[in-house]
Amino acid sequence: MASKYSNITVKGFRRENGRVGVRNHVLILPVDDISNAACEAVANNVKGTMAIPHAYGRLQFGEDLEVHFRTMIGTGSNANVHSVVVIGIEPDWTKRIADGIRETGKEVAEFSIEQKGDFETIRAASWAAKDFVHKATEVQREECSISELWVSTKCGESDTTTGLGSCPTVGNMYDKLLPEGITGFFGETSEITGAEHICQKRAINEEVGERWYKMWKAYQDDVIFAHQTDDLSDSQPTKGNILGGLTTIEEKALGNLEKIGRTSQYIDILEPAEQPNLGKGLYFMDSSSAAAECVTLMAAGGAVIHTFPTGQGNVVGNPIVPVIKITANPRTVRTMGEHIDVDVSGILRRDQTIDEAGDALIDMIRRTANGRNTAAEALGHREFSMTKLYRSA
Amino acid sequence: MSNIPHLLVHDHEDNVGVVVVEGLTAGTEMFCCVTHDNSTFTLTAGADVPIWHKIALKDLKNGDTAVKYGEDIGKVIADISKGEHVHTHNCKTKRW
Repeated sequence: MASKYSNITVKGFRRENGRVGVRNHVLILPVDDISNAACEAVANNVKGTMAIPHAYGRLQFGEDLEVHFRTMIGTGSNANVHSVVVIGIEPDWTKRIADGIRETGKEVAEFSIEQKGDFETIRAASWAAKDFVHKATEVQREECSISELWVSTKCGESDTTTGLGSCPTVGNMYDKLLPEGITGFFGETSEITGAEHICQKRAINEEVGERWYKMWKAYQDDVIFAHQTDDLSDSQPTKGNILGGLTTIEEKALGNLEKIGRTSQYIDILEPAEQPNLGKGLYFMDSSSAAAECVTLMAAGGAVIHTFPTGQGNVVGNPIVPVIKITANPRTVRTMGEHIDVDVSGILRRDQTIDEAGDALIDMIRRTANGRNTAAEALGHREFSMTKLYRSA
Repeated sequence: MSNIPHLLVHDHEDNVGVVVVEGLTAGTEMFCCVTHDNSTFTLTAGADVPIWHKIALKDLKNGDTAVKYGEDIGKVIADISKGEHVHTHNCKTKRW
């Protein structure tokens, strides 16, 4: 049934695989930590490109290595990316990542450093990067339905205002746009603790809910209980959360879960950085609650816009995905206004309803998709943080 | 009385509410709002409580459960009088 949200359109970039992006990056992607320098040199040579250095990629194995490959391939495959130059120390893993990205149909050029050195690699990669910039800058935005957007969420530096205002605002947005056909992501496995009984029931059916609970329980048993040295009261909730009035993980989790609104149900559970394959709908991604790690994983899963409620003022951004900051905390608006895109502090004064706040967020999603730079983009926040499951070999 | 609330409560079952004004002092007659249905009530603040922190809506005993969003948010570990500050010094997680 048509709603007032059905006819909202945005000017996006339609990619070879049909997916809609809202940015048009030419990425210089290092396979591993020791290729960062070459990537940064190429990005310095060729304006309009972006290197995304990171700390890992050598001697990983097993599921940890799989997460690395999914993150690299997913980042390059994201619809906000026009084309990719991949540089690694040796040719095999470099090819694996380049070929993974090529499956989207976008242009990828790959280079390896061994037996050539940085100079020769940078020279050849710079020529490819320059060619990609010329092509990318000739691509025009075209009209797309808002329903074609993939929108993720994760909150940070939460306080009691996030559960009262900014998280319900995101939830209201999902309740309105998921029925229109968007694809959504939420996650933060540890941070559902205390609200797991509610989260399990928000699955589309019992089987999915049971799979969700098993995933959540495995994290408790294999990670928390295996490594804890105390009751985690100084880590989850964080010191910032506690300053903001949050006392326990249960209280934090209940506020967190407000981000999926009143009616939205998730249809599947994704591994870290896994791309959805059941079509439109809401997905839970098994993910860290640390802001940059979580946004990086969801971007690798394919999200093209991230909605980020904050209370005390988290400043995180992402290299390829615009991160929209929402706060209901009036003091954060006053003291850190440069980081805030959507001010919903009226909810606390009872002069703005959740419904109105949800509409304000939808409008900011529309404007961001059309090209408006978010606060995090304007301030150069490009945090790209790999999730590491265990020590490398 | 101002229409801007001092204290917001999520649900009628809750026994704690959230201070949403700066500089709240003990003795303030707080205008309180339950966000679930916008119903209102008044309560006297029993302490100077910072913005965003919680206040007990009734007397709580050591061992009681703190309730917010209509749900269990942890165990009360010291007696708390109605109107007083509820935080990490008198409330703890039941997990981990």
